[in-house]
Amino acid sequence: MVSVTSLPEAPGTERPPARKRSWRHRLLRFDLHYTPYLLIAPFFLLFLVFGLFPTIFNGVVAFRNWRLDDPEHAGWAGWDNFAKLLSDSDFWNALYNTFGIFALSTIPQLFLAIVIASVLNRRLRAQTFFRVGALMPYITPVTASTLVFDVVFARDNGIANWVLQVLGYHPDTPLDWHATKLSSWIAIATMVNWKWTGYNALLYLSAMQSIPRDVYEAAALDGAGPWRTLWRITVPMIRPVVIFTVVLSTIGGLQLFTEPMLFEQNPQAATGGAGGQWQTIAQLIYKVGWKNLNLGYAAAMSWALFLIIVIIAAANALITNRLGGGRSK
Amino acid sequence: MSSETMTAPARRRVRARATGRAPQDTRAGLWSYLWLLILLAFSAFPLYWMFVIATSTEEAVSKSPPVLLPGGHLLTNIEEVFSLQDVYFTASLINSAIVAVTVTVSQLFFCSLAGFAFAKLRFRGSRALLLMVVLTLTIPNQLGVVALYIVMGKLGWNGTLLAVIAPGLVSAFGVFYMRQFILTSVPDELVEAARVDGATTMRVYWSVVLPAIRPALAVLGLLTFVATWNDFQWPLITLGGTDFPTSMVALSDLASGNYVLYRRVLSGALIATLPLLITLFVGGRQIVRGIMEGAVKN
Repeated sequence: MVSVTSLPEAPGTERPPARKRSWRHRLLRFDLHYTPYLLIAPFFLLFLVFGLFPTIFNGVVAFRNWRLDDPEHAGWAGWDNFAKLLSDSDFWNALYNTFGIFALSTIPQLFLAIVIASVLNRRLRAQTFFRVGALMPYITPVTASTLVFDVVFARDNGIANWVLQVLGYHPDTPLDWHATKLSSWIAIATMVNWKWTGYNALLYLSAMQSIPRDVYEAAALDGAGPWRTLWRITVPMIRPVVIFTVVLSTIGGLQLFTEPMLFEQNPQAATGGAGGQWQTIAQLIYKVGWKNLNLGYAAAMSWALFLIIVIIAAANALITNRLGGGRSK
Repeated sequence: MSSETMTAPARRRVRARATGRAPQDTRAGLWSYLWLLILLAFSAFPLYWMFVIATSTEEAVSKSPPVLLPGGHLLTNIEEVFSLQDVYFTASLINSAIVAVTVTVSQLFFCSLAGFAFAKLRFRGSRALLLMVVLTLTIPNQLGVVALYIVMGKLGWNGTLLAVIAPGLVSAFGVFYMRQFILTSVPDELVEAARVDGATTMRVYWSVVLPAIRPALAVLGLLTFVATWNDFQWPLITLGGTDFPTSMVALSDLASGNYVLYRRVLSGALIATLPLLITLFVGGRQIVRGIMEGAVKN
């Protein structure tokens, strides 16, 4: 008998006649020993070529002169690309924008998602309806939704400005959302919040449903209302998921590309506004690599972005852990 | 009213309010529904407005107060989008379908194969290799984009669908997700029993594993399809400016230039969003379950 868990040549198995046995046996041995490698081979081969190799090779490109318009001028550049980065005002501007949009999107988004999850966590009719509804923005292509928001945030008679008017804000000239840093950040952050709030709410809801009921019984003795219960009991209980979403939002938020790209009249330029008001790092990488055709410099920039993501994600995870009372445990 | 004269349900309600009740056992009140419906309206609004503009004339884009009801120009707008000479909208939809379907089918097959090997088969180095899969989950895909472009250049694939399809054929996430699912949902005894009957490894995969993991295949398939259809950055880099864009790249072309007609842009957006709305309508339950089970994909 041959089974997955037993050794291939388990003693005491009945042996068929020698000649017949040999090829069948060899086949079985081969199957048991080598088929697993055949099963994982497609993944590792494809991943090696299109995943791991580019990632490592990117490090090499970052240390070379690599221009698409000037292939002759290739060669090692040493730390030149990285040195250029430090004194590149475009880079610092893009970093500033990326952080600004990130802060305006992540924090309200996760707060709102927690509140929504707590409502969805009640005994509710039409559960599936609300949950699927919450995912509508998630499945909508960012490309498509950003184009809608372009119209919403138009200067002349856009819906956003109309709503501001209804709310009693009457500036002399209509607010040009594209004009300043803050207004363009708010517009882009709105798009990000729209897309991800429902998705995060479902992640929180899933965690909330696994909180044992007796935790709440103990809490009620102190006379805590629903709002206090949410922030004092529910949220600390789902801390791991909150940290997870913070890390996830950091990774996604710092790579923001499509929204700022299509917020522009001429997306292909990737300038992020006339003065780069909302140009993000991912956008700048695209511009440096495929508009200025300087792949070496773009590679160095992607490494810098990667480092920043790692640092910020770790820092945010730590902060969230502390806010949630992680020290006391 | 004394407690003796209260009906049984009323008494239970009072007692429940006094002791701590888990939110799961608290019935949602009118305010909860109202609040959820408002949020739902916010979620749906951009999609609805996409539809409104797609059915209207260009004047509707900048009416104040905004136009809130659809008009009757949907067909003319759509016809215009499809007949634009330099946007290749029809081709882009076909391309998107080819890419998304190929990537989805390939991921389901290769990821479930590898997931099966990691979950149920014993082989030398399996732990180290699995650890590698998990570690690669943490690398942001943006990191390798420049080098990926160079690799595709050497292969001569830039500007072709191959460049978009190849990097999506497998994913570390898919392998890990499948492995986790197979680990708990395919009993070892079943695999062993098939072995005793003389089934080869592939036979076990085909007749034991595959039937048992249909729900996971549905979840991974739906999420992969949505993510692939919606992908913009890499397709823009490798297909931008060619005659073979994906629909997302074609949308960005549609919205480029100094004189943009939004009824046209949003008609295109509506068409490119439709397959996903259908996906959500058909597979909404599975997508919700997948996300809540931790099938997180970015």
